[in-house]
Amino acid sequence: MKFGKSLPYIALIIGSIIMLFPFIWMLSTSFKAPMDIFSLDIIPKNPTIENYLTIFEESLFLRWFLNSLIIAVITTISVAFFDSLVGYIIAKFDFVGRGVLFLLILSTLMVPTEMLIIPWYLMSSELGWTNTFWGILFPGLMTGFGVFLMKQFMEQIPDDLLNAARVDGMSEFGIFFKVAIPQVWPALSALGIFTFLSNWNAFLWPLIVIESPKLRTLPVGLSFFSSGEAESQWHLIMTGAAISVIPLIIVFFILQKHIIKGITLTGMK
Amino acid sequence: MGALKKESEQKQSSSKFNKLLSNYKFQRNVFIISALLLPIIFYLGIRLLPTLYTFNIGFRDWNLLSAGPHPFIGLDNFIALFNDSVFIKSVVNTMIYIVLGVTGQLLFGMIVALLLHKINRFVGIFRVIYFIPYVTSIVAISWVFQWILMKNGVINDLLVMIGLSPQPFLNSPDQAIYLIIGAMIWQSIGFQMVLFLAGLENIPEMLYEAADIDGASGWQKFWKITVPLLNPTIVFSAVIGTINFIQISFTQVVNMSVNGAGGPLNSTTSVVVYIYQLAFNQFDLGMASAATVLLFLFILALTVFQLKVLTRKFDY
Repeated sequence: MKFGKSLPYIALIIGSIIMLFPFIWMLSTSFKAPMDIFSLDIIPKNPTIENYLTIFEESLFLRWFLNSLIIAVITTISVAFFDSLVGYIIAKFDFVGRGVLFLLILSTLMVPTEMLIIPWYLMSSELGWTNTFWGILFPGLMTGFGVFLMKQFMEQIPDDLLNAARVDGMSEFGIFFKVAIPQVWPALSALGIFTFLSNWNAFLWPLIVIESPKLRTLPVGLSFFSSGEAESQWHLIMTGAAISVIPLIIVFFILQKHIIKGITLTGMK
Repeated sequence: MGALKKESEQKQSSSKFNKLLSNYKFQRNVFIISALLLPIIFYLGIRLLPTLYTFNIGFRDWNLLSAGPHPFIGLDNFIALFNDSVFIKSVVNTMIYIVLGVTGQLLFGMIVALLLHKINRFVGIFRVIYFIPYVTSIVAISWVFQWILMKNGVINDLLVMIGLSPQPFLNSPDQAIYLIIGAMIWQSIGFQMVLFLAGLENIPEMLYEAADIDGASGWQKFWKITVPLLNPTIVFSAVIGTINFIQISFTQVVNMSVNGAGGPLNSTTSVVVYIYQLAFNQFDLGMASAATVLLFLFILALTVFQLKVLTRKFDY
């Protein structure tokens, strides 16, 4: 009986080791001196922060980090604003072409963005958008998924609430911001978190549209760094990986309740 | 006299009301139009037209480096793809990625969720640990796996320590694809776990109590209650997982393969990786677009199939 009770714990602990080991090994290598990296010590014998100093001084990691942050923040704000606005209008207003518009937006869900990289690339070179932040940003400014999600939640807002605000003489944009948005805040923050994550990690499109090393995002920068400048210098590659991974893990610890609630909320709709 | 006054008052207030109403309607229309203007430009110009344009390029002889014209060549690109052994290989690989990867992540996600559902201490800590890989950068973690799995990496050292022979892992055309799938599963277990936990919490405890009274065994309860009631979760996870896999297969494959591009011997090349190579290494936009059209049709068929098969009704 006692053994049967502890069995799930044993299985979960073994699983946890598998989940955590790559991170532990990454951190361990990043604090090792070059000659120690093939030793099996988890705690480095001669711990050093030399690798971190080298990376910050000799590579563009800080710049890439900022690029990723700027792009992820702008995209997240845009998605949160436009997706909830369009979702709100489709849910709460009746107008000519509403059905067609919703169908158009839904149909984009069936087309993976991978399918659009070639026309986007041609379009960007035609319009001079390659090698610019705008070039990285423009495909992600709105998402079909977000519109669909926000529409589902906006529909649950009672019409009386909106009409009461209209009788009070509030403007339509005012009603959207001050009445509708607070009602769907949990869903909107979930959408925001996932948009941020997916843009922070975006790889394929930024790889195509950016040529200048200075404008690379963190994933693209890390990929070039690991296969180019730092080739086979695993202490530096692991340090770069740690720099890309640790900030998100910290943010996750702070927001974990929201993130997990967010998946449940958006996944169960 | 009084009645007349009342009537005029009423008229006045109704015209006031009409004025208010038309004012409101005007405001409302201005709001709708101004709010939808940019989204409509976006969805037409950046999503719909490029999608149609991909079809157009797919039927043309279109080299990225030549200035044009790009002559219409009918189905030639598609025929070339079907005769291209690397493309066929990439399609087979993509199927392997999806079938093993999605099944694996559903299975492990469900197992972890069921285990977590069984225990009542440290649930929060375990949930955080299993979820961490999901929020971390795929590129970074792919390079960590390369490092762990390399020839004289830590896993091979451990294998030698327990008396086994070292493995080529990512250098082997037979092993590489499964290791990449393993890394993909590792990264998405947490996401699936959260969905399944929510699904499990939605199953009324009452059903299990009734089954206990009827003397049902643990397995019977699992197959007759848990699985059927988790069905909506499984459908949702399978569809999301498939689309996700097609997308991340590029990032993971490019960063985990030893020579960067689906190696060794194209054993890990996925369709998206091959599309990228056709377009941006060989500059053949026509063939690359033809391949994206096929990918699109494939995803469409797969989604419809999954929805059909997985939404079968269960009898209670």
